[in-house]
Amino acid sequence: MLNYDLVIVGGGPAGLAAAASARKNGLESIIILERDHELGGILNQCIHNGFGLHTFKEELTGPEYAGRFIDEVADLKIEYKLNTMVMDISENKVVTAMNREDGLFEIQAKAVILAMGCRERPRGALNIPGYRPAGIYSAGTAQRLVNIEGFMPGREVVILGSGDIGLIMARRMTLEGAKVKVVAELMPFSGGLKRNIVQCLDDFGIPLKLSHTVVDIDGKERVKGITLAEVDSTGKPIPGTEEHYDCDTLLLSCGLIPENELSRGIGVDIEPVTNGPVVNESLETSVPGVFACGNVLHVHDLVDFVSEEAATAGRNAAKYIQNGSREPETSHETVDLCPQGIVRYTVPKTLNVDRMDDEITVRFRVGAVQKNCYVSTYFDDERVMRRKRPVVAPGEMEEVKLKKEQLLKYPDLKQIIFKVEEA
Amino acid sequence: MEKRELTCIGCPLGCAVTVEMEGGEILKITGNTCKRGEEYARKEVTNPTRIVTSIVRVNGGKIPMVSVKTKSDIPKSKIFDCAKALQNIQVEAPVHIGDIIVENVADTGVSVVATKNVEAL
Repeated sequence: MLNYDLVIVGGGPAGLAAAASARKNGLESIIILERDHELGGILNQCIHNGFGLHTFKEELTGPEYAGRFIDEVADLKIEYKLNTMVMDISENKVVTAMNREDGLFEIQAKAVILAMGCRERPRGALNIPGYRPAGIYSAGTAQRLVNIEGFMPGREVVILGSGDIGLIMARRMTLEGAKVKVVAELMPFSGGLKRNIVQCLDDFGIPLKLSHTVVDIDGKERVKGITLAEVDSTGKPIPGTEEHYDCDTLLLSCGLIPENELSRGIGVDIEPVTNGPVVNESLETSVPGVFACGNVLHVHDLVDFVSEEAATAGRNAAKYIQNGSREPETSHETVDLCPQGIVRYTVPKTLNVDRMDDEITVRFRVGAVQKNCYVSTYFDDERVMRRKRPVVAPGEMEEVKLKKEQLLKYPDLKQIIFKVEEA
Repeated sequence: MEKRELTCIGCPLGCAVTVEMEGGEILKITGNTCKRGEEYARKEVTNPTRIVTSIVRVNGGKIPMVSVKTKSDIPKSKIFDCAKALQNIQVEAPVHIGDIIVENVADTGVSVVATKNVEAL
């Protein structure tokens, strides 16, 4: 059996930033396990620009953003294995993995960082009626085919779901000569960033139909067309609103799901709202020494925040190992972080004042669009902070920073409540 | 008088900005909540620009395609010309981030550069 202090599962943006951070915090023995043939994860296929505005103060494309972190990992001489699939992680942190060179092998780790990312919601989870012809792809699959393999999946395209990947692919397919006829979204608002609607749809005159869904797929061998219908406020199609579109391709951009099969195998608690592990202020899961960051924890909108979060996980994993794998003594009770109203969840979910850094970032998403409001933070019944927001929306992640200094003034604190209030 | 309705892309708010124009001259910008909205609207109605990203084929590389971008933003009206100019370009591996793939693409005065490293086989 191999021995490493820290095993990082996944070599995408989260895994790379976590590894660099752990090394910079003094950890020598680190290995990244990546299942693809190169580091960088999904950024390799995200060839559009707009990455890194927060981190590098410049607008980079996905491969360039990944390149910066790949170079850093190389400069720091951090070990990694490519084409390597992790099969299982035990509660005692034995990582079982396999690849073509080593076959099946085991690594005993002192700490593990989960950085597996997320997957797209497939057709099977969407309950679309109709045949199962060729020509139906998740938007990310089409993105890989076009941008990495160099194939065009089709010529006449309809896109269901207005998530960012769907919007980006509407532009991408158009630039490669396809005709994108319409983007349909079940919800009355888009799940993507507003700037993507302007730059990817409006720029090319592609219509966005809100409160619409696909009710039928036509074609037995290959998609021949689809039928859209308007939906009512409960999401049910309204009879008589059906519209047929001829197309050979249907792309699905209907949400992302954190990929937590391995996490469940270890036995970490999963938060049902995010489908990601429940974590404390150190981004440590319910199993001590197992940390999580990036889209495996909760789906982010900006990779910059993934890198920031992963650096925190890396630093805390290093600290955990350097402290002799023992939880530091604490005199404070654990405080619960509670979402209220349209705030759907918080990451982290609990906080211990003794163990926290001088400042931590709490991130969350809301479940509905609200204009002209405050994002408020309550320590038990007392409102301690509020920030004016012109608008909050499900497509954009919110954050609140909590300072240790301030928390130390509330020794009997039980709950920190996050909510959105009308201005 | 001509009226242009825009959605500002400066921040998540996405203000509905209205620009009133007369013979190419901007008379009034309304609906924006901050200065960035005004700047965006001004550029958008006079000379809208975008960075274009795409891919080109690589011969003898570890992967078949390399991602590229225009080094700076180009006029919006040149987006398709730029995409077309890149369609039949082939380069030889190795390619490195920042390597110039096409100079003065579609007569914009802007180069197209690689955004990914592709090692030779």
